[in-house]
Amino acid sequence: MTAYILKRLAFVGPLLVVISFLAFVLLRLAPGGPFDKERVPASPEIEKALRARYHLDEPLGQQYLRYVGLWWEKTEPRGWRRVNGGLIVGDFGPSLKYRDHTVNDIIAQALPVSLSLGALAFCLALGLGIPLGFHTAVRKGHWDEYAGSLLALLVICIPALVVGPILVMVLALKWQWFPVALWGGPWHAVLPTLTLGLYFAGRIARLMREGMLGVLPSEFITAARAKGLSETTILLRHAFRLAVLPVVSYSGPLLADLLTGSFVVESLFQIPGIGVFLVNSALSRDYPMVVGLVVLYAVLLLVLNLIVDVAYGLLDPRVEYE
Amino acid sequence: MNDARTSRTAGAKEAGGPAASGADNAIPLSPSRRAWRAFARQRAAVASAVFLAFVVALIGLWPIARHPAISSYLPEAITWSPTALSEAQFTPPSPAHWLGTDVHGRDLLSRLVSGTGISFLVGIVGAGMSLLIGVLWGALAGYLGGRWDSVLMRIVDILYALPSIVFVMVLMAVAEAPLKAHLTRALSSAAGEWASLLLLFIGLGSVSWLTMARIVRGQVWSLRARGFVDASRALGAGHVWILRRHLLPNLAGVVIVYLALTLPSVMLYESFLSYLGLGIQPPQASLGYLIADGAGNINAIRTYWWLVVFPGGMLAVLLLALNFLGDGLRDAWDPRSIGQ
Repeated sequence: MTAYILKRLAFVGPLLVVISFLAFVLLRLAPGGPFDKERVPASPEIEKALRARYHLDEPLGQQYLRYVGLWWEKTEPRGWRRVNGGLIVGDFGPSLKYRDHTVNDIIAQALPVSLSLGALAFCLALGLGIPLGFHTAVRKGHWDEYAGSLLALLVICIPALVVGPILVMVLALKWQWFPVALWGGPWHAVLPTLTLGLYFAGRIARLMREGMLGVLPSEFITAARAKGLSETTILLRHAFRLAVLPVVSYSGPLLADLLTGSFVVESLFQIPGIGVFLVNSALSRDYPMVVGLVVLYAVLLLVLNLIVDVAYGLLDPRVEYE
Repeated sequence: MNDARTSRTAGAKEAGGPAASGADNAIPLSPSRRAWRAFARQRAAVASAVFLAFVVALIGLWPIARHPAISSYLPEAITWSPTALSEAQFTPPSPAHWLGTDVHGRDLLSRLVSGTGISFLVGIVGAGMSLLIGVLWGALAGYLGGRWDSVLMRIVDILYALPSIVFVMVLMAVAEAPLKAHLTRALSSAAGEWASLLLLFIGLGSVSWLTMARIVRGQVWSLRARGFVDASRALGAGHVWILRRHLLPNLAGVVIVYLALTLPSVMLYESFLSYLGLGIQPPQASLGYLIADGAGNINAIRTYWWLVVFPGGMLAVLLLALNFLGDGLRDAWDPRSIGQ
């Protein structure tokens, strides 16, 4: 198990190098630069100075190595000195658009917002989805199975960009129960959480239901019944544990997605989270910012997937780690 | 041969469906025919298929209503052009405009129909690309195995970890201007208008093939260890023959099912991109663009509800139908449900 975790972690490093390099090169291939949309177009000298200040005039490979933090400069008498900062010490560099801030600053401001919105939506999705899926599987053939399954399907098919405006029109503008937008007190969080979480609640309900339906006909459930265990024990202690596995493996990428922000929900409610910065900075060619956010997303995804795989083994003793 | 099969299955039908046909020593139905029968028994899925066919027909026939020869015989409400501007700003639904009008006085019904067409087109082409790339990639990885397999699948892992929205955005930004210029020069200025749509196809297709590749790879991996592949190889069959004759036909079920599930997700993805202003460029409109347009007009003084509710409802109904269809196909092709 430890060997497996170490092996997976060893894979994370090279993967991050590839991902950051891809993002870095792809962005540089795009026409336009970070200084194109200045309010007053800068004179050629100023732009040249700006490009030199941010090392944008160097060859691409050198820029990348500098970004990662593996660039050495010649020091005066003799010898070499590593240029400070870089990805390897967790420094994402300066933002080219928000000139006075580093990317780390902006992430430090925006990430907690996205994290709390994502965590709330995740709790909503699990809290609604698991009981709903469990219930519809157990009550097979009753009216509440059909009602529950239809509900799960409905919330999957109404995308966030439809749910959001309708919630705003009805609950915020017409009845004025909740604020329309922005991110402040707990009341501000209700509509965005619903908008973001309902869809995933539906997905999880369906996964949970399918898991239960797959597990219930197995032989060990029959054996448990034959032993005379109570129905509650069978369902909760024996069936649930295996049936929840698909939900567990779906939770990893889901959590990474939710935590790094859903741009649609953030832009709908004008919430200053990561998603807003990701799209805006890609449009304005804020290179270090985009690469930084991409790397952040990739780290989250890889770590969460690892946690999911480990949790999988804890829940299902038949899984063996290679 | 064919006659024998139809008469046998007709008999089997009387005896209570395909499950019974194996019992009395008849020729069993081929897996695909058995699956299509199982599909035809699912009412929700068949109804969805009929509904989708109706929508597609409507989209195809809609522009005909504007033809001068017949438009005078039709109600005025279905003869508007999706791009014609008028003075009638923000008209609520009325006999002249069944679904109301938008900020430029354009008829929402006609915009909805053409937008649904574009959303569909993007979904079909995106899913088609995921089919092409994903099946080839996964089949190669699973069939070659060993080092090739790990290289190909690691590439898929890496692409999974990249936020696809960044990829599509960069693609649109890098290629749109040159492609537009090229199309305008080579064909016409009307062709240049389609540059962003073309890029959207490529972008969405190139990010949606990953799951398909994983599924196909797993399937091929287990298929190629089976006896009939070894037998074919022992008889001297080449790689291309084995892939084409033995592996790809056996993948059909899994691929059809996943394709039906990819279509709605590509459509949803397109609507997100258009919502963010990265997808369809005006004057063309997809459902996502229409919803974004409606959401942008929400304010505290007046709500133009029809601008959100109708395109949103259309998108939701389409996704619902496609999901029912996908579920029906999956249940029909799933080996566990055969014979039930």
